[in-house]
Amino acid sequence: MATRQTQSLARLMRAPAIILLLIWMLVPLAMTLYYSFLNYNLLNPAGTSWAGWFNYSYFYTDPAFFDAVRNTLVLVLGVLTITVVLGTAIAMLIDKPIFGQGIVRILIISPFFVMPPVAALIWKNMIMHPSYGVFADLAKFFGQAPIDWFAQYPLTSIIIIVAWQWLPFATLILLTALQSLDGEQMEAAEMDGAGPVSRFIHLTLPHLSRAMTVVILIQTIFLLGIYAEILVTTNGGPGNASTNLTYLIYRAARLNFDIGGAAAGGIIAVILANFVAIFLMRAVGRNLD
Amino acid sequence: MGSITLRNVRKAFGDIEVIPGVDLDIQDGEFVVFVGPSGCGKSTLLRLIAGLEDVSGGQIMIDGQDVTEHAPARRGLAMVFQSYALYPHMSVRKNITFPLKMSRMDQDEQNRRVEHAAKILNLTDYLDRKPGQLSGGQRQRVAIGRAIVREPSAFLFDEPLSNLDAALRVGMRVEISELHKKLATTMIYVTHDQVEAMTMADKIVVLRAGRVEQVGSPLELYRSPANRFVAGFIGSPNMNFLEGKAAAGHGAHAIGVRPEHFRMSLTEGAFAGTVGVAEHLGSDTFLHVDLDDGTHIIARAEGEFAARHGDRVWLTPEEGRIYRFDAEGLAI
Repeated sequence: MATRQTQSLARLMRAPAIILLLIWMLVPLAMTLYYSFLNYNLLNPAGTSWAGWFNYSYFYTDPAFFDAVRNTLVLVLGVLTITVVLGTAIAMLIDKPIFGQGIVRILIISPFFVMPPVAALIWKNMIMHPSYGVFADLAKFFGQAPIDWFAQYPLTSIIIIVAWQWLPFATLILLTALQSLDGEQMEAAEMDGAGPVSRFIHLTLPHLSRAMTVVILIQTIFLLGIYAEILVTTNGGPGNASTNLTYLIYRAARLNFDIGGAAAGGIIAVILANFVAIFLMRAVGRNLD
Repeated sequence: MGSITLRNVRKAFGDIEVIPGVDLDIQDGEFVVFVGPSGCGKSTLLRLIAGLEDVSGGQIMIDGQDVTEHAPARRGLAMVFQSYALYPHMSVRKNITFPLKMSRMDQDEQNRRVEHAAKILNLTDYLDRKPGQLSGGQRQRVAIGRAIVREPSAFLFDEPLSNLDAALRVGMRVEISELHKKLATTMIYVTHDQVEAMTMADKIVVLRAGRVEQVGSPLELYRSPANRFVAGFIGSPNMNFLEGKAAAGHGAHAIGVRPEHFRMSLTEGAFAGTVGVAEHLGSDTFLHVDLDDGTHIIARAEGEFAARHGDRVWLTPEEGRIYRFDAEGLAI
């Protein structure tokens, strides 16, 4: 890219891809923005009219809105905590050479290959079901009353399911980070009199901080949009107990056929996601160079 | 203080026996160098002494106390690694205080020791930097600093200079020797570089395939090598070996002559040959000579010697500087 000619040629060659990408992003965003200012209901498409800020105030004053925001945050934070803590623990376990290492690693990674609705259905019908789930069998075996997970702890149940799905991702990223930890550093620390706990705190954790940042940032992006697991298990209930923002928007658009309100909710969700992103970049982003 | 004794120490990785049995006595305050070609087990032996590997048999004693089953930290030794193994996210100061912090030493004493070590090693200006911001030589000094603050009974060095460039290596060699004089602590130093071994050691241990070939002071090894391997390994350039008729004349299977023990002549001498490469350094001249019987010889003349590629030269070994070896390679 030395000369001016090659530079402008490069720009020309890049242009189609960039333009396509811009259209791909900007058109839906612009249309969503546009719809969010319309009274646009699919039950009465002929009556579409300009609404001003009504959709926003309507979505904002919906009693479910703050529940949904809170649930979204609890869901994201809960899954992040479980996956990072357990992911680190599992990564450290499977980092050690054991018999059947290859198979163990594949088994640990496999939940990632199950698509979300299928995973959620398996959990709903085979594991957490109050009469024929595995948890119910276990409870009965110990003489306890089975727990009706989705009725009693709806949000916790969804957190468990989503964490199960994302645990392999965290484990995998953290495992590769662990494997790049210099063995001589560990030995030096051993010579310096650091026990296993001190070595973990002073060497392993700082070394993993960058990988943890990547896990947290990437997972947050996806966790803000969790939807399928809620749809096939609790349907956002009981009440609004497991409704997050994405599900609230779905409810507005597909159950109430209120395109304008859903679009306004979408825009609010985008803004909130940006808040979360800024906060995250401040909190953990400095680990990335 | 820091005497180390190995009694029939063995080490096997699975079925492969790396060290078949080593006996060694290291006196307090000695500078001992383990030297040998790559894969001879010298680093493994050092790691056994450090406790980073478990022995497969035998005993390791420090100051008369059996430490064979002790964890590395309890042996009172400090090690400097080939990669330095500094903690990348900690400042130089934190790196150096880490072992003190782990032993829960009080803060004032920690600071006193760090300042002292920094002064000895010229690191005072760098205490707040991260290892990534230091040059190779400075990192090396931080690694040494981390070792000396603990005031160990012995230092272990695992090829500490192999990552440095040639000029820096000579400098650090001198610094480590000076440090040894200053601290008068036992040091065990592993290297494959026989120049480092010759210049630094009080005692050299030559290893081959996990066996101790010979133990002695640098000049003892130079003057009276026990076998052909030691003879060929100590000295630079390597000793020349002649077999066949030339050796039979001295009643041996093979004879060895060091490059510096040849007299060169353009007219007459014991062995005739043709100069392949002539290296004129000014202070020395190295001739790579192909003798008429096909043996390749390196000979050194002090000062300048006028010989060029293709010239005929005659080489004569100095009297009393001819080493004789039997068919097994043992010195006669």
